[in-house]
Amino acid sequence: MRYSLGALLRHAVAGHRHWPALLRRPEPRAAYDTVIIGGGGHGLATAYYLARNHAITDVAVLERGWLGGGNVGRNTTIIRSNYLLPENIRFYDHALRLWEGLSQELNYNLMVSQRGALVVFHTPAQRDAAVRRGNAMRLEGVDAVLLDRAGVLKLAPLIDGSPRARFPVLGGLFQPRGGSVRHDAVAWGFARAADRRGIDIIQNCEVTGFRIEKGRVRGVETVKGPIAARRAGIVVSGRSSQVTALAGLSLPIESHVLQCFVTEPVKPVLDTVVSFGAAHFSVVQSDRGGIVFNGDLDGYNSYAQRGNLHTVASVASAAVSFMPGLARLRLLRHWGGINDMTMDGSPIISRTPIEGLYFNGGWCYGGFKATPASGWTFAHLIATGEPHPLAAPFTLSRFETGCVIDESGTGPHPGRH
Amino acid sequence: MRLDCPWCGPRPVDEFVHGGDAGKRRPMAPDGQAGADEARAQRRAWLDYVYRRNNPAGRIAEFWHHSGGCGCWLVVERDTVSHEIARVRLADPEADRAVQARDPGRNEP
Ligand SMILES: Cc1cc2nc3c(=O)[nH]c(=O)nc-3n(C[C@H](O)[C@H](O)[C@H](O)COP(=O)(O)OP(=O)(O)OC[C@H]3O[C@@H](n4cnc5c(N)ncnc54)[C@H](O)[C@@H]3O)c2cc1C
Ligand SMILES: [Zn+2]
Repeated sequence: MRYSLGALLRHAVAGHRHWPALLRRPEPRAAYDTVIIGGGGHGLATAYYLARNHAITDVAVLERGWLGGGNVGRNTTIIRSNYLLPENIRFYDHALRLWEGLSQELNYNLMVSQRGALVVFHTPAQRDAAVRRGNAMRLEGVDAVLLDRAGVLKLAPLIDGSPRARFPVLGGLFQPRGGSVRHDAVAWGFARAADRRGIDIIQNCEVTGFRIEKGRVRGVETVKGPIAARRAGIVVSGRSSQVTALAGLSLPIESHVLQCFVTEPVKPVLDTVVSFGAAHFSVVQSDRGGIVFNGDLDGYNSYAQRGNLHTVASVASAAVSFMPGLARLRLLRHWGGINDMTMDGSPIISRTPIEGLYFNGGWCYGGFKATPASGWTFAHLIATGEPHPLAAPFTLSRFETGCVIDESGTGPHPGRH
Repeated sequence: MRLDCPWCGPRPVDEFVHGGDAGKRRPMAPDGQAGADEARAQRRAWLDYVYRRNNPAGRIAEFWHHSGGCGCWLVVERDTVSHEIARVRLADPEADRAVQARDPGRNEP
């Protein structure tokens, strides 16, 4: 069924009792052309674009838990393409352009809100870096505006602009097309659109092994029995190392926990996305009114979807030194998600040494904004066997060749990117 | 999370800096004399040392630096799922033996 104002009115008259289910709940068949392992945002987007761009619909998405239970439903909802390196700017801006038309295309309201994304700087050196980044973006045809101190404070009056501020505001780099997207709707929107094109989305179906013969993938083992497949794509974010280990591969990845926080809802006080320049702290106000923010990783390998108290304290102190008014709010909830941090801080969309087996992961804590472009380019790789030009730099072999894409220049320390 | 430093006793984790996987051994520096096969093996060893990680969901041995305390490097055996800590020793084996001799019961469960 299509969602529309007409449908809403019809169902309102009938007391909303007859809305059809969003998705089918199929049991897995014995064989598919392609299986996608992991039903997060990236896996579901891959399935959708396999059908939409390549007419491949003999596909199953195998999800260990339930849709939206992974990072796609745990992130801070921020989208932007304000990167420094051309590979990243091009890739993330392709995603941003896809976001711009996605609600209409999927017929599902993703609440894409291009309220702008602002990165504040506090020192002359940071200003130089922001100018350089803004110029790099504009060279790629991406929007970037340099704001002075008054411009920043006008855009986000919650920021402490007083002369006594712990970190004085010098200005900011603003991307007007940045913003936020309702994260869990992305999982349901892609799932519904893929399902309508005949793709089976199978929940509670953990992949526990691979069938590999003569260096070629033949299928997977799951908790619901074996499934034969000619091609398989691994897209499991924080579990990347575990799932590729089932195929005998090891990755340049460590898993780390990032925490996210939401306060009690208040009236609109912040109508743009803001990042602090003096510490890791990004904040957005949700449409419901909660102030949603995240800080730094907890700082050590973790598979617990919860964090430690010292990080809560340091994020809270960053919040309050940047936006003192936040001190008066109470935290409603906080939670953690497991991020697959790579050795250079950039993602991996790649073939593997096993024929027919493809890997998509290493999204660190920035992969939500990439979701449509990740699905678009991974579907291309699986369908054609050749990397999409936008994703070609993100191969697994770059660590061997030395062509790493290290945006922050911090070297092979995954917890510090 | 608290780490039980052999010198300082149990301290909150924010006194320490994480130093990463302690299971990796630094390969020999390439000497320029190696034949083709050997050079390839050396490259693979460096790739493995610098970039590849087992990243276990479970027991891991990792370095921590007690930067906010005695300044020693420690090897901590920790569970990455439950955050339970099984064992803490000094990364310098000689110093660790000295601490063990002083307090033989340490690290016994
Ligand atoms: C707190 C937090 C804040 C973040 N904020 C932002 C942000 O503001 N902007 C941004 O761009 N990015 C952000 N991110 C990063 C972003 O959320 C992730 O990079 C992205 O969601 C990962 O891709 P995914 O949606 O496919 O992952 P997931 O939703 O985690 O999907 C992976 C799926 O694989 C499944 N799986 C695992 N193992 C198996 C198996 N063996 N068999 C079958 N299925 C399996 C899992 O159950 C899971 O559902 C944030 C992340 C966190 C944790
Ligand atoms: Zn100590």
